[in-house]
Amino acid sequence: MVAAPSDTLRRTALFDRHVAAGARLVPFAGWEMPVQYAGVRAEHLAVRARAGVFDVSHMGEVETRGPGALAFLQRMLSNDVSQIAVGGAQYSVLCREDGGVLDDLFTYRLADDRFLTVTNAANHAKDLAWLRAHADGFDVQLADRLDDYAMLAVQGPAARELLAPLADGPLPARFHTAELTVAGVPALVCGTGYTGEDGVELLCAPAGAPAIWDAVLAAGVVPAGLAARDTLRLEACFHLYGNDLMESRGPIEAGLGWCCKEATGFVGAEAVAAARAAGPAERLVPFAFTGPGIPRQGNAVVGGGEVTSGTLSPCLGVGVGMAYVPAERAVVATEIEIDVRGKVRPAVVADKPLYRKAA
Amino acid sequence: MADASYPDGLLYHPEHDWAQIDGETATFGITWFAQDALGEVVFFDPPQVGVQVTQGESYAEVESVKAVSDVIAPLSGEIVEVNADLADAPERINDDPYGEGWMVKVKLADAGEQQGLMDAAAYQAQLG
Repeated sequence: MVAAPSDTLRRTALFDRHVAAGARLVPFAGWEMPVQYAGVRAEHLAVRARAGVFDVSHMGEVETRGPGALAFLQRMLSNDVSQIAVGGAQYSVLCREDGGVLDDLFTYRLADDRFLTVTNAANHAKDLAWLRAHADGFDVQLADRLDDYAMLAVQGPAARELLAPLADGPLPARFHTAELTVAGVPALVCGTGYTGEDGVELLCAPAGAPAIWDAVLAAGVVPAGLAARDTLRLEACFHLYGNDLMESRGPIEAGLGWCCKEATGFVGAEAVAAARAAGPAERLVPFAFTGPGIPRQGNAVVGGGEVTSGTLSPCLGVGVGMAYVPAERAVVATEIEIDVRGKVRPAVVADKPLYRKAA
Repeated sequence: MADASYPDGLLYHPEHDWAQIDGETATFGITWFAQDALGEVVFFDPPQVGVQVTQGESYAEVESVKAVSDVIAPLSGEIVEVNADLADAPERINDDPYGEGWMVKVKLADAGEQQGLMDAAAYQAQLG
């Protein structure tokens, strides 16, 4: 259960800060990452109640620039990239020709002809190769910016209030970006996140990351690890690539049809349009247990289907997850059963998000 | 979470389980090392009273936020009691692994099996 340290794992610019904060560090997608500090539950609840900061520097960045940048990304990404204004942000998926999902991505438009796309760590090299393999005929330059950026996510209802005094200008609104100086460090500040809470993500040069980290902690934000990031995103019903998204499934069955604009003619658009028209055999749904137990990735859904993510919801106090189920059962309030290592646990298909703040 | 401890007077199984012998019955639980490796315990799925357990085999499951682990029986016998308080407070396994975090009481089947277990010093030596 205790992983041996490995010389081959990469460390982020904040590694020493994690050690100093008492983090438990684990291998994750080739990186040595903090999975927790004080404890998953405490970190999760701190983000819901106030604010937490995550080191997500393992995530990759690809810069696309040049006169053909918009046309190229419109061809590659599922969403309508022309709808991103300079200083805007947009979610999309990267598809194979057959519609299988290669990755899910956030793209920021930094200038008319300059975009920055954030990749999942485990997919970064694959994505870059895929993009490069399709760049012929477009007047673009693709640059691997993985080594040029550290990334911090400051999330929670008080995140903006605590971060604002450290910045030299107003923080960007949700799904917008701003180039600011934060704690003396130039940073691309993005009104995005992966917790279901308000907050921002900051991209900066790795050398500047410790200064931002220190200032954010001094402002009262608590460090939060990847385990809390996972429980938070699952309560919010955000997809995790490798769990809920994979090459063998398409965006329609994953419930991501909203970010697919087939009229743009992206790679995979025909397959996605066909899946949308025909209706998929299975759909991804959130669910909650009505009794004891905790669902886990790989558990079978009785009668067909499979759990792709599962945990004990710290906010709801019950087992929750996401599962692909036969389309006719992908209806809110449908009673389903999950086979958790031989024990059949009752559950109910839930609405998104699983956790919603009391109004 | 308490500091590392391995009390004398308990018998230890290499799969990080302890047994406290009391005549013909024994109390089972997991060691400090096991709960620390697991992280915050959020669910304990106990066996039913009357079930036979076998030394070296799983008799229950304990879950942290991220992972599920089998709990291995250090000795064989019949479950005569389970710690019902763990249903609502599984964190006791972290907070007090040798006390309030006990898991089951077992009527022992074979006193000779105890020869195969370790004392606290031998168990700690195994941990390195």
